[in-house]
Amino acid sequence: MASNYTDRKFQGTYLFDGQMAKKGYGLNKMCYSFNDQIARDAFNADPEAYCEKFKLTEAQKEAIRNKDVIGLLREGGSIYYLAKFTGLLKLNMQDIGGLQTGMSTDEFKAMLERNGRGEV
Amino acid sequence: MAKIIGAVTTSHIPAIANAMANGLEETPYWKPFFDGYPPVRDWLNEKKPDVIILFYNDHGLEFFIDKKPTFAMGVADEYYNSDEGWGIPTIPPVTGESDLSWHIANSIVDEGFDMTICQEMKVDHGLTVPLNLMWPGHQYGHVKVIPVCINCEQYPMAQPWRTFELGRAIGRAVASYEEDINVVVFGTGGMSHQLDGERAGFINRAFDIDCLDKLVSNPEALTKYSNMDLVEQGGAQAVELNMLIAMRGTLLGKVTERHRNYHAPISNTGSGLMLLENEMPTAE
Repeated sequence: MASNYTDRKFQGTYLFDGQMAKKGYGLNKMCYSFNDQIARDAFNADPEAYCEKFKLTEAQKEAIRNKDVIGLLREGGSIYYLAKFTGLLKLNMQDIGGLQTGMSTDEFKAMLERNGRGEV
Repeated sequence: MAKIIGAVTTSHIPAIANAMANGLEETPYWKPFFDGYPPVRDWLNEKKPDVIILFYNDHGLEFFIDKKPTFAMGVADEYYNSDEGWGIPTIPPVTGESDLSWHIANSIVDEGFDMTICQEMKVDHGLTVPLNLMWPGHQYGHVKVIPVCINCEQYPMAQPWRTFELGRAIGRAVASYEEDINVVVFGTGGMSHQLDGERAGFINRAFDIDCLDKLVSNPEALTKYSNMDLVEQGGAQAVELNMLIAMRGTLLGKVTERHRNYHAPISNTGSGLMLLENEMPTAE
């Protein structure tokens, strides 16, 4: 088992360290493959078979099926690679932000505006 | 001798490329961001630097976690962008500067920075967005670019004190290069932002502005932060501040702030544009 990088924890934050990189290797490798249109087409044609090709765990497959970004992070996904999966679903960073925080995209954007103005 | 005459900090997020491709610069959302850029463009067009050393982080185009260099630099004559997963249109190649790149590599590895040296390196939005911001319409072919890529994705990552020292080593390497050329350094990315987790959307305006102040006059203070401190203060992806800290390390002379435009939010981030001039003490 890979050891944790740090014992510091931040609420709602998943640090991508060796333990997560090991756990999420197949998942991230699949998402990295989405840089190629051929891979995106193959996933869209048969998502289950494509997940199988990269030996995703059941928990990872379930999170992919449910577009569960938090679940994918917990299962070792790195946001940089997950962004390629969510891009394939035509979701932008504010859509993903909403999904992760339980807000609508518009509510999430409004929170960004408040945070950006320094109101929080 | 080669001289670093100045430096620029800028955001590099992909949404900027989309906004420029769709002509959204004058819309209410984007205008406060793009309005900051003309003075920096004017300065670059006036000074006409021969070379840009550009600190950025790869977001899963060239590098995957099968092999993830802590520091990597290009030594090629040309660099290409490629599909990052969104089918974005392919853009013109970026011109490199092989000779100075190898000079820097030779110098900094001898100083103890064990750089991964790349003769082929696909460059992603982290590098291309800043170039297109400075020379819109992808008119950056005339300027030679040396990409320096810092891991900001997988822990362990180089700490701020270390990226600052990397910058200083690169600054010394440039100063020892015999050709009379002018160099400008770009530190790209950040500032505060968090893309992932229930804390997504976190932005810390006061922290960002304090970092910009410190980049000008007290960069050593930034090297006291650990990457965990940056995550706490600025969100999970605020570790990208390491690119700005590395940039500041390269400025070994007297540093003067010429322009600044902080604006938040742009997409999920705080955006800090700043232009610094670097005046080296006269030799002899």
